[in-house]
Amino acid sequence: MRLEVNGTAREVAAETLDALLVEIGVDLASVATALDGEFVPRGQRAATPLTDGARVEIVAPMQGG
Amino acid sequence: MFYGIDLSSRLMLGTAQYPSPRVLAEAIAASGAEVITVSLRREGAGGGAFREILKGLNCRPLPNTAGCHSVKEAVTTAQMAREVFGTNWIKLEVIGHADTLQPDPFALVEAARVLCADGFEVFPYTTEDLIVGERLLEAGCKVLMPWGAPIGSGQGLRNRDGLRTMRAHFAGVPLVVDAGIGAPSQAAEAMEMGFDAVLLNTAVAKALDPVAMARAFGQAVAAGQAAHTAGLMPKRDMAEASTPIFGMAELV
Repeated sequence: MRLEVNGTAREVAAETLDALLVEIGVDLASVATALDGEFVPRGQRAATPLTDGARVEIVAPMQGG
Repeated sequence: MFYGIDLSSRLMLGTAQYPSPRVLAEAIAASGAEVITVSLRREGAGGGAFREILKGLNCRPLPNTAGCHSVKEAVTTAQMAREVFGTNWIKLEVIGHADTLQPDPFALVEAARVLCADGFEVFPYTTEDLIVGERLLEAGCKVLMPWGAPIGSGQGLRNRDGLRTMRAHFAGVPLVVDAGIGAPSQAAEAMEMGFDAVLLNTAVAKALDPVAMARAFGQAVAAGQAAHTAGLMPKRDMAEASTPIFGMAELV
């Protein structure tokens, strides 16, 4: 299916948020995720299905002021 | 006390815009800061590297919601930050204006209410407005962070009288001057006025020598705090000789 991951269109095989992170090779323990603007806690990723056109945000620690 | 945490250094330091990770680490060490602000950005923009740096710094992270313009953005960002950084602390920024980066007080209070109810310990970036401050306390905030001047502007304390009034009005509430500080003298001034801490980033990161400037800020904040504790003398309109008149020789 086709998703928008961090603002970029992407064709993926994954059907859950958890599987998506594995598919694109993200360090699972150190990122946080949101699906269509809603926070998805780490423990709920495996039970969160993805649908065509969904917007996924994957964020990591960064410098800040 | 900031949500039950006592800090020996009252300088909180931002981690952005340093010339290199090594300079960042050395600047934090030189400043003596125990609290550093951090952010969340899209994975892939160098997050892995920063994660490693963060581990070595041994400081308490204060994640921010920088760049958020709405309640929803700020709340979602805070929720993600809590998971990633493992802290309930959140520097809540809800920006209302692109040029001044002035907080949107209405959205700020609403976001603070949502987050406090959800167990967050909120450090709201606000203005010196007393009513907004009261609303933030009602929402559950136990710290307020009024701006000194617009973020990154280096203008110092742009509304001294307003900040002084705020300090007097919120006696007993930890107040942190956040943003706009450009020089150690300005940080010292905020501390002399009785503010509990100062939060800054650009003034150190963009200095010619960030490590030396970080040290200077650490010293200035400590000096200002010590001066406030010692009690400043009251101002007078006219001079008052400090050397005694009594016993002066008659030489005319």
